[in-house]
Amino acid sequence: MDAFFTLLKHELLVTALIFILLLLKISRTIKNETLLPLIQLLLLINCAAGFFWNEQGSLFDSMFYTNPLIALQKNILNIGVYLISLLFTDWFKKTAHLAEFFILLLSALLGMFFLISSGNFLMFYLALELATIPVAAMANFDLEKKVSSESAMKMILSSAFSSGILLFGISIIYGVTGIINFAELAAVVNNSTIQLLAFVFLITAFAFKLSIVPFHLWTADVYEGSPMPTTAFLSVISKGAVAFAFITALYKVFQPVAGVWYNMLMVLAVITMLVGNFFALRQQNIKRFLAFSSIAQVGFILLGIGSNTANGAGAVVYFILIYIFSNLAAFGVAAIISAATGKENIDDYKGLYKTNPLLSWILALALFSLAGIPPTAGFFGKLFLISSAAAKGSYAFIIIAALNMIISLYYYLKVIRAVFMDKNEKPIEKLQVNVYAKLGLFICGAGIVLLGLLSWVYEYIQAVVQ
Amino acid sequence: MNLLLLILIPLATAIAVLTARTKQQVRWVSFIGASIQLFATTGLLSAYRSARAAGQNAQMLFEQQYNWFPNWNISFHIGVDGIAVAMILLTAFVVVAGVLVSWNVEKMTKEFYFLLLLLSLGAYGFFISLDLFVLFFFLEVAVIPKYLIIGIWGSGKKEYSANKLALLLMFGSALILVGMLGVYFGGGKSFDILQLSATKIPFEAQKICFILLFAGFGVFTALFPFHTWVPDGHSSAPTAGSMFLAGISMKLGGYGALRVATFLLPEGAKEYANIIIVLSAIGILYGSFATLMQKDLKYMNAYSSVSHCGFVLLGIGMLTKTAIAGAVMQMVSHGLMTALFFAAIGMIYERTHTRQVNEMGGLLKTMPFISTVLFITGLCSLGLPGLSGFVAEMTVFVGAWEHADTFHRVATIAACMSIVVTAVYILRAIGSVAMGPVKESFAGLTDAKWNEKLAAVILLIGILAVGLAPFWLQDLINPGAEIIIQKLSAGK
Repeated sequence: MDAFFTLLKHELLVTALIFILLLLKISRTIKNETLLPLIQLLLLINCAAGFFWNEQGSLFDSMFYTNPLIALQKNILNIGVYLISLLFTDWFKKTAHLAEFFILLLSALLGMFFLISSGNFLMFYLALELATIPVAAMANFDLEKKVSSESAMKMILSSAFSSGILLFGISIIYGVTGIINFAELAAVVNNSTIQLLAFVFLITAFAFKLSIVPFHLWTADVYEGSPMPTTAFLSVISKGAVAFAFITALYKVFQPVAGVWYNMLMVLAVITMLVGNFFALRQQNIKRFLAFSSIAQVGFILLGIGSNTANGAGAVVYFILIYIFSNLAAFGVAAIISAATGKENIDDYKGLYKTNPLLSWILALALFSLAGIPPTAGFFGKLFLISSAAAKGSYAFIIIAALNMIISLYYYLKVIRAVFMDKNEKPIEKLQVNVYAKLGLFICGAGIVLLGLLSWVYEYIQAVVQ
Repeated sequence: MNLLLLILIPLATAIAVLTARTKQQVRWVSFIGASIQLFATTGLLSAYRSARAAGQNAQMLFEQQYNWFPNWNISFHIGVDGIAVAMILLTAFVVVAGVLVSWNVEKMTKEFYFLLLLLSLGAYGFFISLDLFVLFFFLEVAVIPKYLIIGIWGSGKKEYSANKLALLLMFGSALILVGMLGVYFGGGKSFDILQLSATKIPFEAQKICFILLFAGFGVFTALFPFHTWVPDGHSSAPTAGSMFLAGISMKLGGYGALRVATFLLPEGAKEYANIIIVLSAIGILYGSFATLMQKDLKYMNAYSSVSHCGFVLLGIGMLTKTAIAGAVMQMVSHGLMTALFFAAIGMIYERTHTRQVNEMGGLLKTMPFISTVLFITGLCSLGLPGLSGFVAEMTVFVGAWEHADTFHRVATIAACMSIVVTAVYILRAIGSVAMGPVKESFAGLTDAKWNEKLAAVILLIGILAVGLAPFWLQDLINPGAEIIIQKLSAGK
């Protein structure tokens, strides 16, 4: 096969899916009930196809670059998208514009693929925009709700702001070096003041997308207002994609100034964890709760990124894979409850175990995994992140990170307590979970249990990274 | 003897429990599973003894090693020495008894037994692991079952206690985690306990990591001032929960403090031994005096556990062979005794619906069996010769007396004094519970049922076996203690 097709395989597949959906949409009216299984099937095929014929190489004058690691990262995102299509079945069935939603979602995914694969700043910027703007439209999908529009607006404004900062950073770098190609740039990056200034701007842009403190303020509002699938997509897929791109940028381009960003990332990681955790303590709305908990998780991801080793990079990829399963399971359960009853508060979950034991166990598994309690995979993910950061010997940060796990356990246990222990006069009634959502939850649950205990997943990731 | 069995039997039982249909099936499956495990552990004991008799003198026997995360040099490495065998035996005894006394749990029976078995799985895994990562994994596996058991099936302010326990134990785990990473990077990137014990970890690293590890494991075993979860956790937990917490879970900390902190970081241990002794002496005295003030039987036993576990830490802090052997014996003895005590309290509470000492009286007439059991454990707790408590505490004191300086002498004498206090509270409590006229409201109460009797008998056998024939336990423990002491004196 032509290199063009093999190297661009992931992107071409997603583009094809977008066109199929577009053609279906304009050719005839299809009921959601028939369209959704078709989408799920297509996404499954897309997901499976991603694992074959992965080669290393670059295209378009090295604007686009791919290798097995990047392909793996794209596959992880694909898995996440497939799970989203399963888990939020209830919401998808009700929405008036199903095809459009997935067109937007896949466009954003396409943007993320190019983002991870980008080999120069121009491509990087274009891809980042493509990965952001459709998501803002997705945030606005609960058309009848005011908060939904509000969250879309907040999202657009904050991402426009961060794009501006990013462009400023890029233009400074271009102004100083005259280069936008990553590979060439790596040779000329140094810690002169002007370059560091540009670098700080770049980090800021990443920090916005990853909702690293102090650039996290948009997160909770956007998460709360958006429809569940969008929130899940934002908190899992787009975080993952940006984290992958962040690794590439730091390790490939800014390796010469590693001494500078190591301390920067460690401090940011610790602050992010602390702020995320302390704000999560008091949240009642499950979406806001998960928003702040995801901020805290990003803190842990930063620990791994900051370690600047292959082990650290592997741990980040592994953690994000686990994070996708865990966080999506939590969102999936919340979405099922929200779609059936409209309840999104943790207090409403009281007595859930009496009526919905299966949902409760999945939720418990997901939260334990997020908290990093064995035997769930989250334990291994967090431990490897912390270990890779410890390799540098910065024990002060490690202790703070470890203590943060206690704070986070406290609020995860609050949910567990509501579900399993608290009594409720009117608990949520027994819910009929449809087959697809069940399948999604089952995959998530199995992933949470097995990804850690079966060490070959980690070995595989680590082998690809090295 | 394949040690994997010790993990696989509880795991298989737990899965079987999930598939059981009726509550009765759940109970029987758990009981059968726990009994098989008890047989397996006695099999382990005899296999271990015959292997040692046959002259196998490796530090660890029945070793198995599988690669788990080779990138981090983590392997699923298991094996046992005499100390571990003793702890495994203790666990098996307590688990069977715990399963039996929970026969009356009607609320979510299946989940209850599943979590109990999961907890025991964590303990077995912990005691057989020879890799720090695996050890930590199993230690943490046991945290969530404890939380749920107390929070769902407990009584009183159960949510508060469950939260306190989970967060404090997590705090301990966090300290252990950081200390463990320090050992990993200080000891040539290995989590393997045997490898680490052969490498010399730099003194600076030892000093920091020892504090972290010892305090971390100390949280689990009620090291003063991290003991505050003990009274609340034990008194709110259901009977089997208290038995597991005091009988097994607190021993995880003692074992870890010995096997990980002291064995791997001998220089650190020597550096901080005096602080450990002071803290554990405070814990012993504080625990016993606090017990004096309690009116609730469960609170009494919980505070007395703080006091008794202080002897474990005191023994470790003394850093002599006899004292360390005594610490291990105290773990076994206290595990059996306190489990039995909690079981008896649970049986009484189920009938009288009160745990207040002053509301009871004359139980010896209505429930002779249960009251007798309570008597025996009480006597064991205050160290009557012939029962396990005497042997263990005596060994610790003898070991402690080997130090001839004033500091150690004073600490030992202070700890000794607690025995008098113990006698006061035990005799007073048991007197007012069992003796005296029968209260009218308690007149129609019945004695123990078959399951309760069996549970008590099993634990009594353990107590008597240690108390009357301590030599077999000493034979088991001494070589292990010897190796730890050799390691300690090697650096001099």
